Amino acid sequence: MSFLARNLGRTLVQVSARGLQTSAVNQNAILSDEFLKGLSKPESRTTCTLIPGDGVGPELMYSLQEVFKAANCPVDFETFFFSEVNPTMSARLEDVTASIKKNKVCLKGILATPDFSRTGELQTLNMKLRTDLDLYANVVHVRSLPGVKSRHHDIDCVIIREQTEGEYSALEHESIPGVVECLKIITAKKSARIAKFAFDYATKNQRKKVTCVHKANIMKLGDGLFLKSCEEISKLYPRIKFEKMIVDNTTMQLVSNPNQFDVMVTPNLYGSIVDNIACGLVGGAGVVAGASYSAETCVFEPGARHTFSEAVGKNLANPTAMLLCGAKMLRHVNLQPYSDMITSAINKVLNEGRFRTKDLGGQSTTTDFTYAVIDHLK
Amino acid sequence: MALRLARFTKDIIRPTFIRSLSTKEESLYDIQHKQPLQKRLTAIPNAQYGGRHAVTMLPGGGIGPELMNYVREIFRYCGVPVDFEIIDIDPNSEGNDDLEYAITSIKRNGVAIKGNIETKSEQTDTISRNVALRNELDLFVNVLECKSYPGIISRHQNIDIVIVRQNTEGEYAMLEHEQSVPGVVESMKVVTDENSERVARYAFEYAKNTGRSRVTTVHKANIMKLSDGLFLETSRRVAKDYPDIKHNDMIIDNCCMQLVSNPHQFEVMNMTNLYGTIVSNVICGIAGGAGLLSGKNYGDHYAIFEPGTRNTGTAIAGKNIANPVAMLNASIDMLYHLGHKHHADAIADAVYKTVCEDRIHTPDLGGSHTSLDVIQNIVRRLSEKTIHW
Repeated sequence: MSFLARNLGRTLVQVSARGLQTSAVNQNAILSDEFLKGLSKPESRTTCTLIPGDGVGPELMYSLQEVFKAANCPVDFETFFFSEVNPTMSARLEDVTASIKKNKVCLKGILATPDFSRTGELQTLNMKLRTDLDLYANVVHVRSLPGVKSRHHDIDCVIIREQTEGEYSALEHESIPGVVECLKIITAKKSARIAKFAFDYATKNQRKKVTCVHKANIMKLGDGLFLKSCEEISKLYPRIKFEKMIVDNTTMQLVSNPNQFDVMVTPNLYGSIVDNIACGLVGGAGVVAGASYSAETCVFEPGARHTFSEAVGKNLANPTAMLLCGAKMLRHVNLQPYSDMITSAINKVLNEGRFRTKDLGGQSTTTDFTYAVIDHLK
Repeated sequence: MALRLARFTKDIIRPTFIRSLSTKEESLYDIQHKQPLQKRLTAIPNAQYGGRHAVTMLPGGGIGPELMNYVREIFRYCGVPVDFEIIDIDPNSEGNDDLEYAITSIKRNGVAIKGNIETKSEQTDTISRNVALRNELDLFVNVLECKSYPGIISRHQNIDIVIVRQNTEGEYAMLEHEQSVPGVVESMKVVTDENSERVARYAFEYAKNTGRSRVTTVHKANIMKLSDGLFLETSRRVAKDYPDIKHNDMIIDNCCMQLVSNPHQFEVMNMTNLYGTIVSNVICGIAGGAGLLSGKNYGDHYAIFEPGTRNTGTAIAGKNIANPVAMLNASIDMLYHLGHKHHADAIADAVYKTVCEDRIHTPDLGGSHTSLDVIQNIVRRLSEKTIHW
C-alpha cells in the first residue's frame, strides 16, 4: 500500500512538474497543459557518477543526496571515492573515467592536491582526469545570490576557462641546478576550440559580449596565439560583441566594476585566478557552482576549488554550491522541473536569511541549511 | 557570383597552421583558382558540448515556422540533447544580411534543419536563397530516400528508391544572359568532371553501405552529348570501382514513364540537378505526397536536412492542416546524423505508428485530422516509451 501511494505521489509530482516546465519555457506552447497532464510516462532513471572529493566534499555530497531524495529526483549515483591525498582508499583512474564516459554526467567535489609528488610525476590527479576525459572547458556562472551580502550587486558574468593546456602542462624541469624551466603550451587548435565554446555559449544563452582575457603584451607568442584564435572565431559571430582585456586590468575591473562583464574566455591559469576573484565577489567558494565540458561528457563541480579541510567533521560548510551543481546537473539531463524546484528552494532559504552558514555570517550548520532547503521544496 | 564567393572565402580560408607553414601568403585569386570547385576550409571545431549539439534552424516561409514549432515541441517532450539556433530570414527583404548570417551559423554548427526559404525578389541580381545556401556551403549531393508507408493509399505500394542528386551545378549554375542578340537568352548548364565524380561515388558508396545492388544513372546524353555525356561517362568510370553493384543508365524521359508505370525496378538513382528535382517530385507524388518524405543535403563539411520536396505551402499556412511528418522525418534524419540513435529510433517509431497504425492523416493524405492531432498522437505514442535524456 505504501509502495503504491509513494509511486502515485511521484507520478503526480512528475506530471505537474512537466506541465510547469512547458508553461515556463514556452509561452505559446502548442501542446496544452491539460493534454500533457493526461499522459503518464514510464519512469526513466538517470545514472550519474559521483566523486565526493576531499575535505568537506563527502559531507556536502551527503547533503545533496538528502535533498535529491526528498525531491524524489529519478537519479541514481555511482559513487567513487577518488583522492590523491588518500591514495590507499582511492578508486582507480580508469574505473572513474570509464564510469563518467558511460554515464556522460558526473558530480564531483574538490580533490585536494598535495604540494609534493610521491612518484615524481608532475601531473595531478585532477589534471589526469581532465586530460583523460578531455574536459577542456570550465564554465563558472557567477551570479549575485539573493540575501547574500556583498560589495557589488547584480553581478552576472560567465567565466569560461580552457583547462587542458597553458600553464598546467606539467612540463617542468631543472636544466641547470638552480634554474627551473616551466613550459606553457598554447595551441591554435585548442584556443580556437575554447573560443568557439565561449561564443556558442553566448549565442545559446542570449549573451551580448565575449571578453578575451590575455597577457599578449608580454607573452607575445603564446597569449598572442590565444588572442588571435579568439579574434578569428569572433568573426563568425557578427552579432556578439568581442572585446579583449589584459589580465591585470581585468582583475582590477572585476573588483571595482564587475557589472561590465558578460562572458569571459581565458587561458588556464588566468581562468583560475579570475574564477576565484569573481566567486569572492558574490559570497565565496561555498555558493558558486561550475561545470567542465568535453564534447561528450559534463562534470559538475563547485566553481572555486577549495577543499575547506579545516572544517571536516564540524558540520560548518555551506552546501549551496554543491546543491546548485546538482540543480545544474538535473537541468542538463532534461529534468528541469526538479532543477527549478531545488534552485527556488535554495533561493528562498537564502532570501529568508534564517539559516545561514558561517561563511555567510550566520551560525547554522550544514544540516540545518540542508533541512531548510528540504522544507522549502514544494 | 564569383565576387560573392571571393568575399566569403576571405573569411574562412587561410587556416592559421597553413599560413604559418607556407612562407608566402597565397592571394585570394590563387586559392580560388587552384581548385575552383571545392572550397578550401579551415576545420571549425564541432558544436558539441557535454553531449549536447547546437543546430541551426531556418524555419523559412509558408508552413515552415509552424512545422518547426512541432519539431521543437516533440524534441522538448522527449528530451533530445539538441539546442536550436533559430534564424529567421525575412522573405521580403532585398538584402542578404540574414542569409549571410544563416550561412555563417551553419558553418559554425555544421548541421542545419530548414524549411523552404522564399525569395520574393524578382530582380536579376538577387539570387535564390535556397540555391545560394547550397552553393556557398558546397552541399554537392542531395539524397531523398523514398520508402512508401504501408498505411497510406497511393498509386504504388512498397516503393523503396533512393535518389542521389547533384545539387550545386548543372542547370542551376545561374549563368544566364541576353547579351548576344536582343530576344535571345542563353542559359548555361555546367557539368564538371569533379562534381559528377563526387556524386557518382556517393551513390555507389551509398549502395554498397546499405546493401543495394543496382545504381541507375539518369541522363539525356543522346541530346546533350557533351554535358550529360560527361556525367554518364564519369558514372561509368566510377562504376568500375564497384564490381558488385550493377550499373545501368536510362534517359530521363523514359525514366519518368518507367517511374509511374513500374517504379519497383529502381534502387539507387544518380542524376544531375534539374532531373533530380523532377524525379524526386514524381516519386513523392506516387508515394503519397509532399508531406511525408525528407531530403538530406551533404557536403564535405556540412549537412542540411529539409522536407523532401521544396515547397513552401504558403496557401495552407496557419490553417492547422499542414502535414508535419516530412519535417519530423527531416529532424529524425538529423538525429541519426548527429548520432542520437536512441532518440531518433523512438521518434521514428512514434511517427510510423501514428501514420500506419493509428491512421491519423492530414487532408493531403485523404484524412480529416489537423496537424495538432498528428502531433498529439505522436506525443502520446512517445509517452509509452522510456527515453533517457
